[in-house]
Amino acid sequence: MPPEMLLLAALDGLAYGSLIFLVAVGLSLIFGVLGIVNVAHGSFYAIGAYVAAAGVLALGAAGLPTWLAFPTLLIAAALVGILVGGLVEIALLRRVYGKEEVLQLIVTFAVFMILEDAQKVVFGVQPYFANAPMNWLGTVEVFGIFYTTYQLILMPLVALAVLVGLRFFLRRTSFGRAIVAVTQDREAATAMGIDAARVYLITFIIGASLAALGGALASATTSLTPGIGAGTLVLSFAVAAIAGLGRIEGAAVAALLIGLGRSAAVYFAPEFDVLIPYLIMMVVLLVRPQGLFSTVQTRKV
Amino acid sequence: MKTMKLAIAALAGTLLAGQALAQDKPKELVVGIATFLSGPASVFGVPGRNAADLLIAEINAKGGVLGVPLKPVYVDEGAGTNQLLSEYRRVVQEQGAQVMLGAISSGSCNALAPVAEDLKVVNVMWDCGTQTIFEDGKWKYSVRTQAHAGAEMMATLLYLMKVKPDFKTVAVVNQDYAWGRESWALLQAGLKALKPDVRVVAELFPKFGAPDFSTEITRLSALRPDVVISTSWGGDLDTFVQQAAARGLLKQSTFVLPLAESSLERLGNVLPEGVIVGSRGDHYWLHPKYKNTPEMQSFVKAYKDKTGVYPIYPTFHMQQALTGLQKAYEKAGAGGKWPSKEEVIAAFEGLEFKSLTGTITIRQDHQGLEDQLLGTTKRVPDYPFAVYDKMALYPGKLVTTPLGEKSLDWFAKVKPDLVTDKSIETFDYAK
Repeated sequence: MPPEMLLLAALDGLAYGSLIFLVAVGLSLIFGVLGIVNVAHGSFYAIGAYVAAAGVLALGAAGLPTWLAFPTLLIAAALVGILVGGLVEIALLRRVYGKEEVLQLIVTFAVFMILEDAQKVVFGVQPYFANAPMNWLGTVEVFGIFYTTYQLILMPLVALAVLVGLRFFLRRTSFGRAIVAVTQDREAATAMGIDAARVYLITFIIGASLAALGGALASATTSLTPGIGAGTLVLSFAVAAIAGLGRIEGAAVAALLIGLGRSAAVYFAPEFDVLIPYLIMMVVLLVRPQGLFSTVQTRKV
Repeated sequence: MKTMKLAIAALAGTLLAGQALAQDKPKELVVGIATFLSGPASVFGVPGRNAADLLIAEINAKGGVLGVPLKPVYVDEGAGTNQLLSEYRRVVQEQGAQVMLGAISSGSCNALAPVAEDLKVVNVMWDCGTQTIFEDGKWKYSVRTQAHAGAEMMATLLYLMKVKPDFKTVAVVNQDYAWGRESWALLQAGLKALKPDVRVVAELFPKFGAPDFSTEITRLSALRPDVVISTSWGGDLDTFVQQAAARGLLKQSTFVLPLAESSLERLGNVLPEGVIVGSRGDHYWLHPKYKNTPEMQSFVKAYKDKTGVYPIYPTFHMQQALTGLQKAYEKAGAGGKWPSKEEVIAAFEGLEFKSLTGTITIRQDHQGLEDQLLGTTKRVPDYPFAVYDKMALYPGKLVTTPLGEKSLDWFAKVKPDLVTDKSIETFDYAK
């Protein structure tokens, strides 16, 4: 195998890892702050994808220029995060904070099932895709192999922007600091005048929007079918488990690890392609059961 | 005393009448239909159900089967095998289904065949393809009204050999589950026999439902195989083709996509010319021989009016199952009596019936013989998606594993003269 193949494999892993990171970081953030393992996260991904695709297809049908698809993806993600995510938090999750973990898990799982069926009712079961944004950006050539600019450059850039943006938001802005404060000690933070309920709602909306953004970005490259949410959810659980639930930078490293591992597998051992994320997870959990980046009993965000 | 006798006689009379009634026509014929209503395979299951609704309404409008209207009851295969089995039993035992159509997934069919024996219910395998069902097992109550994977893959191989005889390297990208593995095992065995010098440069089995094939595509771009085969379907196939097309791979290698008929309309302008496509049979709404028959035209129109899209192969499979069922009932009930389940299943053996396209023959092992239509995509101004061109129609008898033989063994000894057999008809696209 020529050495440039290693680079090619790494490029594929980078694009794939970026997408998983976007979804997993939302999952991680919600767990870190709210303490809830949110199974419905997969639905936010799926609904974000469907809404974005519907928007992009509507643009195309109306004959509007293709570049408008990019703001559409962002708007779709924000809409889904605010409307669907906000509704789920206010109507359901708010009632189960502090309750047993099993109950929380069942509630979010129920939401996931309901939303899965809702997608089928609204969007049907036939696969559909909106690849206009991907094709519009064209391809780049690396060692004679064509990559789509969308996957090779745009997706990693968005992931990087989210990583840097989240770090800045949590450490440098006052609302971000309020989130960190509530995470560390809800009672003390409330006593200092922080509205914890609001912090929870907004954190949940941000997390849900990130999942929806992952879906929206994926909608240009992949077919949307019933069940896409579940597949992505399982992967992001693997990422979160490797990183340690609640670790943001850790999620980035773990997503990259899975992305690279997977593309290396396709080159060297295609049979292990499916297994790789879980093998990595298993090895990490055997060595460090709390995840790669968790430090026991310190702040979670 | 006399009144007592009379009463007993009357009672006996009603009992006898009741018995006679049982052999008489029922008020309705309940047909249980197992199909995917959820999950990724609903891309086939829902069109199957839509076609069934349409066709059953049509049959009933014409007086039903032997004068008895059909009543469909749907069972979701997507809920998992255990749930499917218990629903299947329930529909037979509690809703009184005389006939079951089950199912799409070969896994479901494997699980349902023994249950149908147990329940003594006529089971028409309306879409599943695994050749092993009737090659490894013997099922009295199950019958398949379409070809099996052996015939489908043999026709695919013969067509590839015909249109691109000089290829040297092959790569495969199949879904990582039973169908992806089995279809490749067949193709590989046939390739070895027909073209022993061909080199397989990559065997990739991405996860079922994989959202991203970037790495597979990069690898194929670097390997530059002459032929890329993929028996994938549904969202997986759409995604793979879409990502491969965006990166120029479809122009670099000859793609062989034996299930692509079901994706043609959705893929629109993504699929270029020169891709080898098939439909698990001779199903095609633009079938060169039958596209202008009144039956085909009315079916395509009714289906498009109902769903907004053109019919794909599962809808034709459903039509075959329902037509076969109707013909079997008519054959078994020719004497004017309502046939028993045993008489119906016996009537299937040797049954020949016309589908919307070719003629189906049910062999004595209950396996259907069905023609296979392969083609190469062409872009025409008439439709916003690719159509079949340079078509070849393979007779079912030619490409189906002979009775009593196993497909894998038969593939391993197939002779290249099959490629040019005189019974193969060819057609070009015509408006």
